Amino acid sequence: MSLRRPAKNQPETFEFSSSSMEEANKIVLKYPKGKQQSAVMALLYIAQKQNDNWIPLAAMKYIAKFLDMPYIKVYEVATFYTMYNLSPVGKYFVQVCTTTPCMIRGANKLVEACKEKISDKENELSNDKSCSWMEVECLGACVNAPMMQINDNYYEDLDKEKTIEIFNKILKGEDPKPGSYRGRLNTEPENNRKTLMDVKNA
Amino acid sequence: MPKLKVNDIEVEVEEGLTVLQACEKAGAEIPRFCYHEKLSIAGNCRMCLVEMEKSPKPIASCAMPAAEGMNIKTNTRFVEKARKGVMEFLLANHPLDCPVCDQGGECDLQDQSMFYGVDKSRFKENKRAVPEKYMGPLIKTQMTRCIHCTRCVRFATEVAGVSELGAIGRGEDMQITTYLEQSMQSELSANVIDLCPVGALTSKPYVFEARPWELKKTETVDVMDAVGSNVRVDTYDWEVKRVLPIINEDINEEWISDKTRYACDGLLNQRLDTPFIKYNRKFEKASWSEVFKIIKSKFENSSKDRVCGFVGDLTNMETGYIFKEFFDRTLNNYNYESRSDNRFLDNSKRENYIFNSSINGIEDADLIFLIGANPRYEATILNARIRKAFVNNNTKVISLNDVGDLTYTYKNLDGQTQTIKNIFEGSDEISKEIISATKPMIIIGESLLKLNYAENLFYLIKNFLKKNNKFTDNWNPLNILSCDAATVGNFDLGILNKEKSLLDELKSNKFEIVYLIGQDNLEFNKKDEFVIYQGSHGDKGAEIADIILPGSAYTEQEGFFTNLEGKVQKAYKASYPPGEAKEDWQIINELAEVMNNRKLFNDKEELESSMFNYLKLQQEKQTSKNKEKTYSEFQNEKLNIHLKDYYFSNVIARSSKTMIECNNSKLNIKSTGTEG
Repeated sequence: MSLRRPAKNQPETFEFSSSSMEEANKIVLKYPKGKQQSAVMALLYIAQKQNDNWIPLAAMKYIAKFLDMPYIKVYEVATFYTMYNLSPVGKYFVQVCTTTPCMIRGANKLVEACKEKISDKENELSNDKSCSWMEVECLGACVNAPMMQINDNYYEDLDKEKTIEIFNKILKGEDPKPGSYRGRLNTEPENNRKTLMDVKNA
Repeated sequence: MPKLKVNDIEVEVEEGLTVLQACEKAGAEIPRFCYHEKLSIAGNCRMCLVEMEKSPKPIASCAMPAAEGMNIKTNTRFVEKARKGVMEFLLANHPLDCPVCDQGGECDLQDQSMFYGVDKSRFKENKRAVPEKYMGPLIKTQMTRCIHCTRCVRFATEVAGVSELGAIGRGEDMQITTYLEQSMQSELSANVIDLCPVGALTSKPYVFEARPWELKKTETVDVMDAVGSNVRVDTYDWEVKRVLPIINEDINEEWISDKTRYACDGLLNQRLDTPFIKYNRKFEKASWSEVFKIIKSKFENSSKDRVCGFVGDLTNMETGYIFKEFFDRTLNNYNYESRSDNRFLDNSKRENYIFNSSINGIEDADLIFLIGANPRYEATILNARIRKAFVNNNTKVISLNDVGDLTYTYKNLDGQTQTIKNIFEGSDEISKEIISATKPMIIIGESLLKLNYAENLFYLIKNFLKKNNKFTDNWNPLNILSCDAATVGNFDLGILNKEKSLLDELKSNKFEIVYLIGQDNLEFNKKDEFVIYQGSHGDKGAEIADIILPGSAYTEQEGFFTNLEGKVQKAYKASYPPGEAKEDWQIINELAEVMNNRKLFNDKEELESSMFNYLKLQQEKQTSKNKEKTYSEFQNEKLNIHLKDYYFSNVIARSSKTMIECNNSKLNIKSTGTEG
């Protein structure tokens, strides 16, 4: 739960970068005038992306001012949703799915890999502070279990070795290739399809 | 209007009411925690579940609108089981510390668990513990007890207008908090204590003081401002332990200000409990007969027109009236005054000094123009009403001065009286707005009436409104915002001197004897005057006195007060005066007896009936008189709002330790600069 509570060390200020600002303005425009507060969730997510996957209090204050709403309301939203991280999680934020389908397909091995390569405990930064991991509930990619999410990308069909390989890459600062690690395209069946044989373009 | 059945009783309710309200109309009581009449509907405690025909699940009656043909059951096994289930969840994490909880005895959760509680707990897991929050010197928190009804959050955002409370986290980790860890920036903050259905938010000054069943409860009125909020004073023996609001929809609804609630500890400090005489600059205790004798000889040895009397800001009407009678009949002189400054007053008509549109009228108004008033500090409850109108009807508010945060947005002008002149001569944008408004309210503060050209401005405003037909049978747009509880009552009784300014004469030391009744706000340099101070507290007035007559505070004697709208309300006796002190009217009556061998009134009843006769006569006189005045003389002035220090506006508040703490807690925030 440590990600649900604001971190002790907080940056003094926060401001949207020009690209974030552009994105934020676009979202605010979607709502009628005077109802711009509805954009709060999207803006919090933009702030989180900009700030290495976590939202400092300064960003909440900034957004509250940006949307002309009470700070406490932004704070309520940010503490409610598990999508928002309120303390640093590193530039690479690893979420390992351990819900039943992934667990059956060996998600625990992935967790072991996390423990070996990143940190002993969940939500703890790696030694170089670039990375942290956590177990999450179903990410909706059960067909390609076991899998994990790093920032916006899914890494699928993993085992312990492949996971360690990915971690080695990200710890070096490289971006590993997302998708299936058993050579599948999206969710296609392995070793050719076995059903709907009579349909040509299935 | 939908018709529905509640426990087989047919009820018809207004459109838009909820099932819970319909049930209440049918006489079925519904338990609830989160629902509150004056707040928005949250529907999160689930205690108000009822059975509805054709619904497989019980429904939350507080959030379900009443509809045609519903068949509601509130007393079936099904409902009882549902509520028991809810209660079990609420109690799962609630500590069993009722014996050390201040809410014990008046706790909704405690009461309702008598009906719906299960005597065993099936919750084997660890109980949740929530860290304490700091919410200032008035509110003690014990957040582990919180059941997350969010009444306090809704009160703070909706009524008080300060979005400082919130519910953070979710599920079991949900917490009510202020992110500031500071006292709430509101003068209504302590109402959350009454709203809290459990002991999570309790009163800090009242902590471990008494149990509700030990207290004697007296329903009375408040005197901290001119609004006249209806309160209940709880006393334990002589001591006033606490003050709580009682519902009066026409005045305070259900709220009272922090000052009303917590200045009561000032009733225990700095009290004058025995007569004093000053010998060689030192006060010495004396007996009543001694002081009366001295006063008698003093009065006899000075010429009658060198005697004057001033009535203070917390004096009840009986005292004011008998004081006036004492001057009229015993001393044969008219040198009495209730104003402590040279403010303009035309008391030929009552509408010239009261809040004519009435507090309820605020909700009907479509334009509110504040001139020289800061209602947030001068009449907190009235300000809450303006906020209510602003939130519900989007009423436009304009203020001549920038008076800071009023908890609602308003347009502010430059604060010059030239602007008032422009507006009320019809040559401004705002004049058009006033003309086009059907129910405008002009709220004139005391600060305007203290200006040099107040009289001209007052008639300018009044005549403009008259000319544009804003005075109708059911609407009077002219409102004077008085600050003190006794102001309107004193004006009604005519305790003022129209021929001369007694204050100026006092300042130039023309008097030999000055008789002060609870009047502590006079600024004059004492020379050879013999000052008699009659009052409840040792404050500025008592300091300069030569003789002190110990009187009673508002909780210690029965007395009438007229609030700023002109409503006469009676304050009842909750406690009794300390030591040798007496009720104020008695002191004057006895003094009159010493001087003339004749009491002014035989008893309190005679005094009351005589006073009401007098008031009736005055009002009849007023309605027959109807002369119009116009003035043209004018010079621009800067209208500054003179605010008394909110937490120290009268003797009781000045003697209160809690008020000092409140003041300090607000100062701290100012100095840290984190408020923005």
